[in-house]
Amino acid sequence: MDWMSRNLPYLMAGISVGGQYALIAIGYTMVYGILRLINFAHGDIFMVAGLIVVYATTAMPIYIAIPLMIAATVFLGFLVERVAYKPLRSAPRMSIMISAIGVSYLLQNMALYVTGGLSQQYPAIPWISDTVTVFGATTKRVTLITPVLTIVLVVLLVFLIKKTKIGMAMRAASRDFETSQLMGIKINSVVSMTFIIGTFLAAIGSLLFFTNYTGVTPTAGAMPGLKAFVAAVFGGIGSIPGAVIGAFIIGICENIIKGLGWTTFSDAFTFALLIVILIAKPTGLFGEKVTDKV
Amino acid sequence: MKRRVLAIALVTAMLGSMLAGCSKSGGNGGGGEADAPAAADGGKVVKIGVYEPASGDNGAGGKQEVLGMQYANKETPTVEIGGEEYTVQLEIVDNESSNDKGPSAASSLVSAGVSIVLGSYGSGVSIAASDVFKEAGIPAMGVTCTNPQVTEGNKHYFRICFLDPFQGTVLANFANENFKAKKAYILTKLGDDYSTGLGYYFKEAFTGLGGEVVEETFQEGNSDFTSYITSAKNAGAEVFFAPVSTEAAALIIEQAASQGLEAPLMAGDTWDSNVILNAAKGKNVQIYVTTFYQEGGNEAFDKGIKEWINSDSTAKANNGGDDTISAVTAMGYDAYYVALEALKAAGSTDPAAVNEALWGVTYTGVSGNIAFDDVNGDALRDTAYVKCANTETGAWDFVTEQGVN
Amino acid sequence: MSTKTKAVWNVGLIAALLGLLFLLEQVLPSGSMLFTVLKKGAIYALVAVSMNLLNGFTGLFSLGQAGFMLLGAYTYAILTIPVESRHSVYQYFDGGIIQFALPVPVALIAGGIVAAVFAYLIGLPVLRLKSDYLAIATLGFAEIIRAVFQWDKLGPLTNGSNLLRNFPSFKSVLYPFVVAGICIALIVMLINSTYGRAFKAIRDDEIAAEAMGINLARHKRLAFVISSFFAGISGGLLAMYQTTIQASMFKSAMTYEILLIVVIGGIGSVTGSCISSFLFIACSEWWLRFLDNENLYIGSFHVPFLRPGFRKVVFAVVIMVMVLFYRKGIMGTKEFSVEGVRNFFKKKLGGKRVTEGGASHE
Repeated sequence: MDWMSRNLPYLMAGISVGGQYALIAIGYTMVYGILRLINFAHGDIFMVAGLIVVYATTAMPIYIAIPLMIAATVFLGFLVERVAYKPLRSAPRMSIMISAIGVSYLLQNMALYVTGGLSQQYPAIPWISDTVTVFGATTKRVTLITPVLTIVLVVLLVFLIKKTKIGMAMRAASRDFETSQLMGIKINSVVSMTFIIGTFLAAIGSLLFFTNYTGVTPTAGAMPGLKAFVAAVFGGIGSIPGAVIGAFIIGICENIIKGLGWTTFSDAFTFALLIVILIAKPTGLFGEKVTDKV
Repeated sequence: MKRRVLAIALVTAMLGSMLAGCSKSGGNGGGGEADAPAAADGGKVVKIGVYEPASGDNGAGGKQEVLGMQYANKETPTVEIGGEEYTVQLEIVDNESSNDKGPSAASSLVSAGVSIVLGSYGSGVSIAASDVFKEAGIPAMGVTCTNPQVTEGNKHYFRICFLDPFQGTVLANFANENFKAKKAYILTKLGDDYSTGLGYYFKEAFTGLGGEVVEETFQEGNSDFTSYITSAKNAGAEVFFAPVSTEAAALIIEQAASQGLEAPLMAGDTWDSNVILNAAKGKNVQIYVTTFYQEGGNEAFDKGIKEWINSDSTAKANNGGDDTISAVTAMGYDAYYVALEALKAAGSTDPAAVNEALWGVTYTGVSGNIAFDDVNGDALRDTAYVKCANTETGAWDFVTEQGVN
Repeated sequence: MSTKTKAVWNVGLIAALLGLLFLLEQVLPSGSMLFTVLKKGAIYALVAVSMNLLNGFTGLFSLGQAGFMLLGAYTYAILTIPVESRHSVYQYFDGGIIQFALPVPVALIAGGIVAAVFAYLIGLPVLRLKSDYLAIATLGFAEIIRAVFQWDKLGPLTNGSNLLRNFPSFKSVLYPFVVAGICIALIVMLINSTYGRAFKAIRDDEIAAEAMGINLARHKRLAFVISSFFAGISGGLLAMYQTTIQASMFKSAMTYEILLIVVIGGIGSVTGSCISSFLFIACSEWWLRFLDNENLYIGSFHVPFLRPGFRKVVFAVVIMVMVLFYRKGIMGTKEFSVEGVRNFFKKKLGGKRVTEGGASHE
């Protein structure tokens, strides 16, 4: 029991942060699956979602602010794709990646301008911000909700992809972009849909993440974003269950490392894990083997 | 073809504006920055550089420090130097709390032709820019940068606050006397000289008193402190010492409260900020900090600056939305007057003369008597105030005045 | 134009440039922002060209530049801090374990070599990866290097995560120009050599290049190691410019900045990278600073929106516009040359004459 209450907090923190990474990682993995683009701006969209809540709650009650935030974030994701990625669809892969870096730079700097460079306190959300005690370990309720909510959302998403028409179109587009176009799939709406789903999940992830760690700064999205991307690569890019499992593994490992006292290396470890998996199994844990066409 | 036209146009534009820019820079502030209206009346102007963070980790603190200077500047906008009336103009740059952006920000002050520089909040950026000022022959005066390395071994960097070896000892004594603490958990931020420095001196003093410490660090950009708090609990630490920026502090307080950390949180001067008070309000945490100034120490100053902050919306926003006076604001206020004293004593706006005059300057400010020692130009200070955050009222409660002995 | 006249022109231009810089230094006050921009610009030009060698000429998408700069900067700083000031720099580590100081050029080259050695070791596993995977793996390595250098167990060598300072730095703007210039010239010579042609072949089509008998692994490694060597040297120069260094400066944001410079200059153009690095630094450090001034008046009109941070928004918008509408960058894959300029003017004049005649020239 004593051992439990000493070590459970690490595990809980790991699972909770893993769930939040998972929600971001899905956005990365889906976009990469279809466009072969590392959407560097995804982490920053996640940060903007946090800022929207901060500012919206000063003007309206929280139950309006949250749906508004989700709608605004989804719109932002859609807009970014239309403005910054769509015009470059036929350009070399590097151009579009640079454009993603540019969007990330722009979002961060706009956030810097709006916030004046100061950390913004995320509002406490009723019920999920409350403190609870589990096996002698005290934590916020959101820590317990996150993994459950993540799994539910992922199941819904997998259902959407496997059973609906748009899901089939997405799968086709990620298998072969050009051919699916020839088959009459409206590729633009598929891509937009991908971004909408990705940013929707990131918005939920942002809500959970910032309820737990309540400071929103312009760079708050950079590290979670990078780690979520690593999780996506780790699990096998393009694979949704892979991204989720990868995110949980990374979240838990990170906190175990901190628990062991190797705090200097908690971020570095994530990358070390990535490099090891890339070398041992370049397509990630659940990735499909891709053969390059000549 | 078109692209080449563009390329060549850009190159010519670049060269052209570089030359245009430098011809101006000798005159009135590099890059054609428009001068404040005050300068337009044709009187003589002396420029005081303000090298402070307005963004990044230390943005909140930097802004509050600048507030003190701006208020002082509003109160006393002119100074008599060598028998002539000069208008004082503050040249404010943002060093972004970043050691690599700092030197360029510092050069922009140099090219603006300032006579003396005040700042910065945060020791790392001060050290990083030190050589820029040294090379330009401009004296700098640290306001609240407490790391010894800022002034050590140089003749141009002064400071008006106490130093970390002193502050660390004060904190260790306080932990030992008040909490009878035998075990301390020290959390510092990697790559932050203030944080690692103060952590080091605290550890030295605390272990000197027979205590035991557990040390951990976190990377920039980290926002998950739950595991650190768990480790502190598991180690059985009786105090949690976290000399970090207010940004990280707010997160630590929040998470310590939600995890039910019983050990008191302790920190140095950075935590004396309304960011901390707001984060702690209504939560079950104990917070103790050492600082330079206690609100109420000077009635006239408190009242005047509160009135100003409440009447100026920008100032209020920069102060974090309320009118709590941070110690750094009081220090900024004093720094401005010390600079004026130095200018008066120098009898000229020449940076070298100001540098020479600074050694002999004494001034009684709201934060106490200020004089510099003749080795490094550090302030001679022997007391720090210890404050405790009142989580019900959201204000600081005065605890004690503590010296080293 | 014959090769000989070209060479004469180039040498003449370089001499004229150095002469101009020398003159500027005599005329202008040393605190001028112009020199800040020129110094930093020259250093960034070198690292941008070194990144271009990988991304633009060899087609290896690497995002590890900041890590290699860190290695170069640390090596330089550790080896050159004068013995007498070591005790104050390594104040928490009893003066550190290294108790000698090397001359500046030796330490700079050592910085390059350390970066190159690490690149060789890192390259062994990661160069087998393709495109984005390579990018993310090198980015990861840069982050790992940064963490290792902040480890307090290595403190006696690296001073933990604290600043390194007091090492020799340069005063004249000519210094970074000459060093960066020599390095860039070496890179250009490499690009024009057989190796350079092999690199370009790999970039254009790996399989075809292999079929032509180019040893892929060897050439990729070579490009990676050489690029890192020069990134290491530019890291040393950056340390000299900044006068203090710290591992936490070398974040991935730095790599992104360099990448943006390369792209804005034109992927595959050395002169493009150079021009754009000066423009980039000048914009971010100097020209746009007035946008941060809250009290900017044009006449008596108070310009709205201006407050600290606005400069960066404007800059980011400019970059986005460049990326979206000038996809090839300033120079595309072309190089800036005397001949180019001459042809350009010739064409202009010639074009006019042709139009008058009513027939198309091209």
